[in-house]
Amino acid sequence: MTTLAAANRPAAVSAEELLAPRWAEVAEFQPEIENLATIWLRFKDPALGKAYTFQPGQFNMLYLPGYGEAAISICSDAEKRDVIGHTVRFVGNVTRAVSRLKIGDPVGVRGPFGTHWPIEQLEGKDIILAAGGIGLPPLRPVIYHILRNRAKYGKVILLYGARTPADLLYTTQFEEWRKADIDVQITVDRADDTWKGQVGVVSMLFYHFRLDPAKTAVMTCGPEIMIRFVVFEALARRVPTERIYVSLERNMKCGQGSCGHCQLGPFFVCKDGPVFPFSAIEPYFNVEEF
Amino acid sequence: MAEIQWNVGSTAALPKPQFDAILARLREKGFQTVGPRLRDDAVVYGPVANLADFPQGFTSEENAALYRVVKSGNSRYFDITPGAQSWKQYFFPPRVSLFKARKNGGWKMENSSEAAPRIAMIGVRPCEIAAIKIQDLAFLRDDFTDPLYRDRRKNAFIVAVNCLHPGGTCFCASMGTGPKASGDFDLALTELDDVFMLEIGSEAGREIIEGLPLQSADASLKQKAEKGLAEAKKKMGRTMDTGDLPGLILKNLNSPEWEAVAKRCMSCSSCTLVCPTCFCWDTQDHTSLDGNETERERVWDSCFNPGYSYQAGGNTRPNTRSRYRQWLSHKLGTWKEQYGVLGCVGCGRCITWCPVKIDITEEIAALRKEARS
Repeated sequence: MTTLAAANRPAAVSAEELLAPRWAEVAEFQPEIENLATIWLRFKDPALGKAYTFQPGQFNMLYLPGYGEAAISICSDAEKRDVIGHTVRFVGNVTRAVSRLKIGDPVGVRGPFGTHWPIEQLEGKDIILAAGGIGLPPLRPVIYHILRNRAKYGKVILLYGARTPADLLYTTQFEEWRKADIDVQITVDRADDTWKGQVGVVSMLFYHFRLDPAKTAVMTCGPEIMIRFVVFEALARRVPTERIYVSLERNMKCGQGSCGHCQLGPFFVCKDGPVFPFSAIEPYFNVEEF
Repeated sequence: MAEIQWNVGSTAALPKPQFDAILARLREKGFQTVGPRLRDDAVVYGPVANLADFPQGFTSEENAALYRVVKSGNSRYFDITPGAQSWKQYFFPPRVSLFKARKNGGWKMENSSEAAPRIAMIGVRPCEIAAIKIQDLAFLRDDFTDPLYRDRRKNAFIVAVNCLHPGGTCFCASMGTGPKASGDFDLALTELDDVFMLEIGSEAGREIIEGLPLQSADASLKQKAEKGLAEAKKKMGRTMDTGDLPGLILKNLNSPEWEAVAKRCMSCSSCTLVCPTCFCWDTQDHTSLDGNETERERVWDSCFNPGYSYQAGGNTRPNTRSRYRQWLSHKLGTWKEQYGVLGCVGCGRCITWCPVKIDITEEIAALRKEARS
């Protein structure tokens, strides 16, 4: 099974450092929606900040002393690395502590880990980005890349859904994305009185346009159930499994395929993923509770 | 007596009283000598100073959910099959500090500066050597080397003991890992009634025995050892048909057998803790009450623990069926794709120490039967 190659880490990172976080501080704390904020981190060591690179789709392990560590995908522009953005939902022990961070507070960082969206490989293709809820942040670096290289891609469609209008992320950016000829299609599971847009699940948005399977690539991230249906709709339109990319979530402790938690069949999601071509994971993804 | 020139690969006859000299030399070189000892009617690994510390005159009985130390009726030292512990605890400690952080102005990291211990492991069974080699593949990869494992592993000295008395749950012959060690040791012993046959496996091993008044092993001694090992191969308490195990398991992930075993399995994680190849670990953070000091430790984890597959979106494996399937399908299935080998060495510990007598060899046989029907 062919997976994507994990992006290279800077050679300066030793094995020891991969187990112990390096300090960054909160440069900006940007509330997004209820229970969700983007924290912007700057490495304390400027040399490290300079050496640190990442690719769209990769994640960091964020460490809060006394609370522990959580795997958080990077949501910011891969070419603007002065500060690194992480959109975090406050849901567990560590992320609830993240919600209380203030500017200047220390956060340990290990990473970046994992495979990335194969954006360069997909130049010339029509791109469908399908995201649900907190699945949009790991795709946002792809959008930044496309904005910077818009001419290198064909049609670009973002299908994005959340539970309610209040749960939609990054809404202030939609206009900018649309101006750059990205077809931003939004849906919510449950509307409120103010909502004038689509109601329904993300996969339903596939019925609103035609795609050319020979030149289309799909990248999707969100709840596993959403991914299942997005993949279903893409396959129904004959997009080849090798050109459907999914980003998966699993419990992760180490980030380098050592601790075992994130296994999916033969894969360590932290190292062989989180971004997989669907063709690689298909035999395992469809097995219940595997 | 002319001194013999020993080489890697040479075989010597080691009179049993001479064994203590080897242990003494290992200690002189800075090794802690560790081996099987009797404690509370079971075999555990612990410090050994001389041959008298080994469980002379004892053997063990194993079956599913049964382990009993009994008198062997002879005076041999290594007739006893290893207990619940395996050597992995020395390279991959059950609990080890990853780092400490202290708040002093800002937070500062303190990496553990403790030097890795130098352990001479005495009495490592061939299946256990195979297990160490398997863990090497997991911890010493090209793309990530675990520093804690690496330092402990490279410091170690291995004295293997070939198995003449396999236990009731052993199936190393099926897995191709024993009963004779084929390499990856510094010294290897085969115990006969009055003498050890001693094989030199490395330059470090040669240095340890150099100058000891030893004779070369003669043909009759070698023959005796070979005969004993050939017989041992036939005395395995269990067998496993290893034909395309990954294919068998991965084609039958929805077999009703998983449900059947889940009805008995208590998800207690014993099998993973006693398994010499299981490598999963968790982290635990311990913080002082004033919040100014915190330490991260690495501890053994198990795919049978509910927290193992827990994440914000729910539990990936919410029941015993999915957890047992994860364990077995990894051990005898996907492990092969990950590391090129299966994750089982046939030591039988998971059978012996399962409180409800789940037997990996029987489960595989049942899966095969189910797959055929």
